Amino acid sequence: MFKWLEKNLPKIVMAPAVGLIGWFVYGFVLWTLYISFTNSKILPKYELWGFGQYEKLWASRKWLIAVDNLLIFTALFLIFCVVIGIILAIFLDQKIRAEGLLRTIYLYPMALSFIVTGTAWKWILNPTLGIQKMFKDWGFENFTFDWLVDREMAIYTIVIAGVWQSAGFVMALFLAGLRSVEDEIVKAAKIDGASLFTVYWKILLPMMRPVFFTSFVILVHISIKSYDLIVALTQGGPGISTTMPALYMTQTAFHKSQVGLSAASAMMMFMAVAAVIIPYLYSELRRENAR
Amino acid sequence: MQDSLKSSSYQQLEQKSKYTNMFLRWFLYFMLILFASYFIFPLYVMVVTSLKTMEEIRQGTLLSWPSGLNLESWAVAWGGRGYGAGDTFLRPYFWNSIKMVVPAVFFSTFIGAMTGYVLTKWRFKGDQWVFLFLLFGCFIPFQAILLPMARTLGVLGISNSVIGLVLVHTVYGIPFTTLFFRNYYISVPTELVKAARIDGAGFFKIFFKILLPISAPIIVVTVIWQFTQIWNDFLFGSTFSFGEAAPIQVALNNMVLSSTSVKEYNVDMASAIIAGIPTLIVYVLAGKYFIRGLTSGAVKG
Repeated sequence: MFKWLEKNLPKIVMAPAVGLIGWFVYGFVLWTLYISFTNSKILPKYELWGFGQYEKLWASRKWLIAVDNLLIFTALFLIFCVVIGIILAIFLDQKIRAEGLLRTIYLYPMALSFIVTGTAWKWILNPTLGIQKMFKDWGFENFTFDWLVDREMAIYTIVIAGVWQSAGFVMALFLAGLRSVEDEIVKAAKIDGASLFTVYWKILLPMMRPVFFTSFVILVHISIKSYDLIVALTQGGPGISTTMPALYMTQTAFHKSQVGLSAASAMMMFMAVAAVIIPYLYSELRRENAR
Repeated sequence: MQDSLKSSSYQQLEQKSKYTNMFLRWFLYFMLILFASYFIFPLYVMVVTSLKTMEEIRQGTLLSWPSGLNLESWAVAWGGRGYGAGDTFLRPYFWNSIKMVVPAVFFSTFIGAMTGYVLTKWRFKGDQWVFLFLLFGCFIPFQAILLPMARTLGVLGISNSVIGLVLVHTVYGIPFTTLFFRNYYISVPTELVKAARIDGAGFFKIFFKILLPISAPIIVVTVIWQFTQIWNDFLFGSTFSFGEAAPIQVALNNMVLSSTSVKEYNVDMASAIIAGIPTLIVYVLAGKYFIRGLTSGAVKG
């Protein structure tokens, strides 16, 4: 008995973690999947109902707006974060003074919660006392910047705040990537007469392919899950113009009590994340095995 | 003759490139400072706004300097005005967050250290699949577990409580903590462990005598990561708790949204800073470890 215990101790120690994740991750996802095929309202029902909830979901105007917003947000969030991140990383890579301080400044928003970020930007962007008033007081009488209360433009305020929060993170990833390139490669290129621009554009950035890939995966992941920032900044408004899938899911579940429908929306989000993550995990594992 | 000609034109070229270089240098610093001001701007606005009176806020602009060190809105944000019901302030929720974060960080870090240890030093058949099994938990969108989690907490009788949130954060932290410790312990030479085993040291002795003493860096990385994630969480906090058990981010959001009469932006900003300051302090003090956690585990949104 004692011997058996000793022999299997490692597995016994592993058991709680495996059990917890098995139940709370895999079990729960399966439960949500099952419920998405039922006609559950306020309480879960367990008779199967087919794809009804998914049909309802994709016929809902609010969900379509949410998906639309997600696509707009993801595209802009990705582009701005990556461009700003790369520019900052390259600039910081020029043996400049006070690099540590600048890096700290560029990255500190990552330490804040999206609620704090949203609260701050909501105040800055509010038309009565924020940026708009600042420019008006400076003499630009016709300056208007009221995106926060504009149905068409409100989604872009979320982009502004989101990029502010996450661009520094992309900078950190690329800076680490650039620093890991051996100096000899750059020196050799310079001796051959390549300009600094060429060195980065033709040699270093193409070498950063894995970093691009990682940034892409992480940023898309953040954007599919984005919830807090919208709650703090616009609550999905004005109207429902800035709804996103994560917000749709919680509202449908906990305000409208449409449990089946919200499970269907959760599964759509799950599939979107899986479509990005599974190829990523696969390539990461292959890289690790190749090493 | 030819040589001297060559060298003089070379000198000219050198001179020219020196000027362009100097120009580029200035441009570089200009851009870096420009970006830095973009990142600093909201923090600056938050701090100065929190120090102004509402009258000053209406008179001045976002950037204008406060007339003095007016800490009243900080006092209101932290301790309220003292008129009882309907007076929301952050102090109790700040403590809720502390009570939630400390055990959740401890348990998830401990479990992660153990699983990371087994997965690298007591390898068994199929351990890679177990790792993958756990790792997948880093990536799921939490919306896919929200509904069953709410019901489970209800069944266990710990919905709307700090204990419930401790459980949630511990469980969903395990994939990350496992990832951190596994990746750290994999670079520790297994020979050390093997030698200790031959000497008769057991499972726990090896962990406490050999691995734990060299684990300080990864413990710091993990603790900082978990602390930041849990402190900043809003989704779980807002779904599984309300009223008195809410953590600080939920309370902040409620405070900012529910101002019934006049919006008090100065109190809002003071509250936002209070909610953000613990993680900000950790970041400034231990930035290196923060970034390490970020770059190795930042798949979570």
